[in-house]
Formats: sequence, structure tokens, C-alpha cells
Amino acid sequence: MNNKIKIVLVIIIFAGGWILGSNNNTAPVITSSMGGASYSGGYQPEAQAAVQAEGAVALRTEQGQIHLVKNGDSIQAAVEAAQPGDTIQVMPGIYSETVYIDKDDIHLLGVIQEGKRATMDGLGKLNDAILYSGNNVVIENFRITKYKGNGIMGQAGNNFEIRNNVIVDTGIYGIFPQLGTNGLVEHNVVSGIEDAAIYIGMSDNIHVSYNEVFDSVAGIEIENSRHAIVEHNNAHNNTGGILAFVTPGLPIKTTEDVIIRNNFVLNNNTPNFGAPGSIVSGIPAGTGILVMAADDVIIEGNIISGNKTAGIIVNDHSFATTITMDVESDPNSDRTMILDNVMLNNGYDTIAEVKAVALTELHTGLVDIVHVGSSEGSCIVNRHRYRAVGIGNYGDCDFTNTDSIDNYLVAGGADRRVIHPSERGEIAYLGVCTGCHSYTGRLIGPSVQVIQAMYAGNPEALVEYINAPVKKRDNFPPMPAQNYLDAETQMAVATYMLALEK
Amino acid sequence: MMAGANRANALRTRFLFWLVLLLSPYSSASGFDLNDQCPPSFALSSDNQCQLRNLYQLYDSLQGQGLGGLKTALPHHRDGFSPQQIDLGRLLFFDPVLSGNKDLSCANCHNPAKGFSDGMARSVGASGQLHPRSAPTLWNSAFLKSLLWDARADSLEQQALGPLFSELEMANTPEQLMANLNQVDAYPELFTQAFPNSEDAMVIANITTALTAFQSSLISLNSPYDRYAHGDSKALNPEQLEGLNVFRSFVARCSQCHTPPLFTNQQVAVIGTPEPEGMPRDIGAQATFGAERLRGGFKVPTLRNIALTAPYMHSGRFATLREATEFYTKGRGHAVPEGEELLLHWHISEPNLTPSELDRLVDFMGALSDESFMPEIPQQVPSGLLH
Repeated sequence: MNNKIKIVLVIIIFAGGWILGSNNNTAPVITSSMGGASYSGGYQPEAQAAVQAEGAVALRTEQGQIHLVKNGDSIQAAVEAAQPGDTIQVMPGIYSETVYIDKDDIHLLGVIQEGKRATMDGLGKLNDAILYSGNNVVIENFRITKYKGNGIMGQAGNNFEIRNNVIVDTGIYGIFPQLGTNGLVEHNVVSGIEDAAIYIGMSDNIHVSYNEVFDSVAGIEIENSRHAIVEHNNAHNNTGGILAFVTPGLPIKTTEDVIIRNNFVLNNNTPNFGAPGSIVSGIPAGTGILVMAADDVIIEGNIISGNKTAGIIVNDHSFATTITMDVESDPNSDRTMILDNVMLNNGYDTIAEVKAVALTELHTGLVDIVHVGSSEGSCIVNRHRYRAVGIGNYGDCDFTNTDSIDNYLVAGGADRRVIHPSERGEIAYLGVCTGCHSYTGRLIGPSVQVIQAMYAGNPEALVEYINAPVKKRDNFPPMPAQNYLDAETQMAVATYMLALEK
Repeated sequence: MMAGANRANALRTRFLFWLVLLLSPYSSASGFDLNDQCPPSFALSSDNQCQLRNLYQLYDSLQGQGLGGLKTALPHHRDGFSPQQIDLGRLLFFDPVLSGNKDLSCANCHNPAKGFSDGMARSVGASGQLHPRSAPTLWNSAFLKSLLWDARADSLEQQALGPLFSELEMANTPEQLMANLNQVDAYPELFTQAFPNSEDAMVIANITTALTAFQSSLISLNSPYDRYAHGDSKALNPEQLEGLNVFRSFVARCSQCHTPPLFTNQQVAVIGTPEPEGMPRDIGAQATFGAERLRGGFKVPTLRNIALTAPYMHSGRFATLREATEFYTKGRGHAVPEGEELLLHWHISEPNLTPSELDRLVDFMGALSDESFMPEIPQQVPSGLLH
């Protein structure tokens, strides 16, 4: 743009602003957020479980064994020795290993002594510090540094608590639970992360609170997830502070029902150092809160200050040029709800795209809120307070707070699938046994009829056999032990097999 | 002594052969009768439907999508076909009468002995045409919501129409197919058995239903990995276990798209593998969705039984699993030719995996093999064309 055109534009803008401003003599309508209606939407727990959850992992009624890990020992060896219900305590020291928890109900606790922590050091060589896939896993009090991948990563574990960890410079994500239901991430200090310090991916019923996240590309990211509350966090000096969005091309397609409240979102102006091609590499430095293609996001009670591009950016997928196309993914941010927030000095050095949008509304200078793209059902409270562009179609919210909602955690934990023992027997017999056994003739093992003749009326003996098979017939291969099935399933399958009639 | 043992074996084999022949249900006039029992892993319901049973049904998954970690339910699957439909599908699948020149059956490119693939980089059609793409495995296709490399079929039924009538594959026409089948004595009766409620049982729609019924009975869920997932901590050897941890680490990121328990997230991904020498870029899913951002995009394939289905990638550019794995650590876009614009998937990164990590990944993928529910391969098919 040459200077002459710029000057002309500026004159038009000033004139326009003066004309529009001059018509505006009425006192603004001030809505008090004290009292007033509370949000009535959001996650509704089932009627019988209408009590608010205290945490994500139910308190243990009896304590299992405690496994003590001392400096020089292997944490993984303790995990392997542990049974569900056990606790592993890791004494201060340096541990360079990848720990994976593929069992349920394990509490992995660092012991902090006079400020000294159990430190997991990836030495810049190891991939991830802690991986878990089990349910009811608790991870606390570690210091984690210099891993290439993630600090703490969950895959499909439900009911998890990750708290009070210090994670410094661990590569891609600091804390990354994925594909899990019902989790609490709190009191962690995470910094120096190339993607998101705390990344909630494809998960449901999540609470992220009291964390400090800084010097990372993204502070806290809620991606393709539902029923999440992000509150009382301090997200400062990242490229972007707090993000709620939909990444297209992932198998879980929505982000819905996210409350971002009472956080500090300060000075998130760090130049973007995300990996080329990563989704966050497209976030402009200076982004306070970003909502992209997420629905039903409430932004309330945050102090959002000093973010140079804008305090709050709401946009759709067309704004992002580096992401893939997904016909199953709704590109718009619908029902964004902006309640009272304290917003200071945002958008003081914004990007060309935001300036362009602002110009269409003859807006110049600071930008607290910018909305780009179409949106249905969005609303705001006390809109006159903010330097905002693109919110012309926002209505006035019919509520002023979210006080009625403590958290979206599932009281008592995510439900486990309930399978009747008879069904369990059929599932195991057909799913596993029929590879080698048929009712009549021989396949790889003897027929079910032969087995019935040997164990009639005695499923206990059959259970004993499948737990530790011994070779009985010269011309048959040995049977692999089925001791990985739990006791209930073993008895169910033995009973089922002995009752089979064809 | 050896000769004696061999002779005894030969005699026993011959005896078994006659025994099988006597006991087998080849009792109708045409010599073929359809099985009235479900394949292994299926329960027969009171209304004559085969319902899949597997240990993953003991678990749940987020949003019911069948994606996650070890103890996670599988994605939605196809089942509910009758034993007769599955068995008719099996006979059709192996019968070359389905191709235009009666020379090529489904099993030529989806050979059970080769992981239901064909061991070739790119498949060869009925009269020798070289296909631009590699034949995918059919194991566990019951769980797929879209089919074909470019995701252009929404069902197995729709998919079956592709190869049947493609010039590059079986090169048949609907008219010719029906004429071929009508020349085989056994088929009208077999179709009536499989579709007793159809007025006119031998129609294209029932052919594709039967093929779907058979293909959705190809279940492979009892690999060493599966035993580990269900709780047998010793089911994987140390190398495979190390490989699992590389596989699911966020450095290699394999599990982000090849997500357990099916080892695919069923999405389209642009990863930029090289085409064979001289072959132009296959635009893949760009054509399906009319979207330039999906240029060169293909459906993420399952890795179950992957060790059985070399060569790899949509056009078979990599001869071994090791080479296919190494592709991911050679640099984002390293094989994309100059001037080619591809919007590469965000998980195609620079993981800098060590040679030993690549070996461990290959070890782990080897633990995804299971053929315990291999269907019975017919010794003869109704057309008599099996050779």
C-alpha cells in the first residue's frame, strides 16, 4: 500500500469515527455480573450422579502396597511390580528413563524433600517421560526435563489426575492427555514447550486449573474436546495463551462446552517457535485467547493484558491457511459467550489480518476482541467496555456468570462398561477360543466336546488349566496360557464352554 | 524309516480327504451347499444372523469412536449377515467367473496367503493392466467406514462395485457378470439359499451383499499385541515392547494416525510418499472431495497384519516395512518433487529416529499379525474355474 492511499484511508477512518461517535450520546447499559442469572447450558451429569465431583480419581477405600524407588533404581521396574491399587513413591534423584503405565489404578508420586524433587531427565535423547494407558492413574510431584516428545502423555486412560509437576523444556507437549474421559490437570508449572504446555486432545470432562504455563508456543490448548473448564491458570509469555479449537482431520470432530474463566492471560508475545506444519505454528505471537471452530465457549472473569495481536480472537477455519480440509468438521465458532473480563492494552502491535478486519469497521488502535467469520448465537455482556471488532452480530447474553458450575468432572469416575458374566463368557469363547477349538472336530486344539467330557461340572479345574496349560497330547501344539484374562472372565468362559451345545 | 513315515502320512492324508468328502455338506445336486454355521468369532442369533464377538467388546471408547489405547473398544463394525450369505460370499470371492474374461477372482489381488493382498507394488488387472495403486489388506475391513485408498466408497457394498467393473481390475460389466453367473448351474440355487426372501435372488445387489458378508468375517484381533493389550504383560518381547513405546511416543507419533485398537484413525492424510519412477503424482483424495488441500492424500491404512502385506504405501514404493518406516524420519517433504505443492500432514515431522528405533518399530509391527481366523479356502468354486 503506498503512503498516499494510507493517508487517505486514515482520514476517512477518522472522519467516519467522528461521525459515528457523534451520534452516540446515550448512557451505556451496564450489566452487573454480581448476582444475575448463571449459565444454564453445558454438561449435565446423569440425574443419579448429580453431585459435584471432588476430583477425577475416586479416593481409595483401601491402600495397596507402597513401592519405594530410590535414586539409582528404575521407576519402570516398580511399575512392573505394582498391582492395581498400589502406590509408587519416587525419592529425589535423577531418573533417565521412559515410564509406561499399562495397568489401572496406579499412583505414581514423586517425593519432594526440602524442595528437591524426583527429576526425570531425558538427556535430550529419550522420547517421552511418562506414558499411561490405564484408568485411575495419578501422577504427582515430578520434575521433568529434556525429553524429545512429551512430559506426561495419556492414551485413553480415564479418570486421571496430573498435579504439582514441574515440566521444563520437554519438546512437543508438557502434559498431553488424549482420548480420555474425566481428568484433572492442576498445580503444574510448565515452560519452554515447542507446542502446547498443556494440551487436552480429544477428551471429555476435563478440568485444568491453577497451572502456570509460560515461554511455550501455546499455553493451554483444548482441542477436539468437550466439557472442559480452564480456570485459575496463569498463562503468560507464550505465543498464544489459552486456545480452544477444532483441528480438522482428527477422528473426533468437535470442541464444545468449554469454560475459560478467572485466568491471567498476560503478555503472550513470544515469537512463534512451533515446528513447521504444526497447527500452532500458525498462531500469531500476541494472542491472548483463541477460539477457532469451537462451539459453546464461555470466556469469563479473565485478566487479559498486554497481548499485542489481540486479547481474544474468535475465528473459523478459513482464517487458517495451513490446515487440512475435512468435510466432517464444522468450520465455524458458534455460540461464543464473552462475559465480564478485564482487558488492558491488547492489540497494540497487531497483524495485518486483524488490521484489515478492523478497517472494515473503521476501527484503529488497540484490539481487545476480534471475531472473524460467521457465527451463530454468540453473545457478550457489557460490550461497551471493549475495543472490539467483528462482534456486530453478538447478542446480549441472558446470563452473567457461570457460578452454578463448579466443574465438569464425572462424580464417581467415568462409567465402565457393564458386561453380564454370560455375555463375557460368549465374548471370550468366540473372540479367542474359536481360533483353535470348534464344537465338534479338531482344529488346532481338541474339540469342545472332548473338553466338556474332561471337565464336566468342574469349571474351576478348566480355569486352572487355561491359566497354566500343560502339554497333554503329542500331536497337538501347546496351548498358550490365557492368564491375562481377569478371574471373572476366566470363570465366565469356562462355564460358557462347558455348557455349549453346538 | 523316513519313507515309511511319509507313506503313512500320505495314506492318512488320503483317508482324511475321503472322510472330509463324505462328511462335507456337498449334498445338493450341484455339489455345493452353504454353511449354516457362522465363522469363528461370530455368534449365531435366533434370526440366523452372525454377530461378531471379541474381547474389545469388554471396553468403552471416547464418544464411541473406537480410538484410544490398550483397553479401548473398536470402531463400529458391520455384521448381522447370515452364515449362508457369508459362505456364498466366500465362494464368489474365490471364483474367477466374476471377472470379464473369467480369469481373475477377488482373491488374485486379495490373496489370503499374502495377508489378503497380492505381494506386488501395484496390482495387475484381468488382462494384464498395471493398476496405479497397491491392493490393500481385507483383514478387519468390517470396521472401516470408508473404503479404497482415496476414501471414495462409503460401504463395502459400494466398494465391491469398483473392482468388478473397473477396466483396470476385473473389467466386467453388469450384463456380462449376470450372463457369466447364469451359465453356472450352482449359483441360482446358492443365491436362493443365501437370500431366501428375494424374489429374484441372483442380482448385483446380492452379489455385493454376499461379498460384504464374507469380507466382514475376516477378523484378526488375536495378535501378540492384543494379548498384551488385554493384560498379558509378557506377550510382547523386549524389542516389541520398546517398539510399542516408540510407536506411541510423541516423537515418532505413529499412534496419532495409526491409532489402536484398529491401528488406523480412518482419516485422510497427506504424507508425501514418492511415486514409482515415471509415475505422475496420484492426487488421491483430492478427487474424492474436490479439495486441493487433500492433494496426494490417502486413507490411513490399518497396520494389523502389516508385516504380511509388503510392498507398502498406496503405490507400493517401499519394498520392506523397514523402508516404509524410515520414510517418516527422512525429513518432512523430503520426497516431494520440486514444484509439487502438497499440504503435508502436521504429524509428518522430523523425529530423527535412530536406526535401532526404526528396527524396534518394525519388531512391534510384527506383533500385530494374527491369522487365527483364516477362512477355509475352497478347493473348488461353482464355476469350476479355480485353478
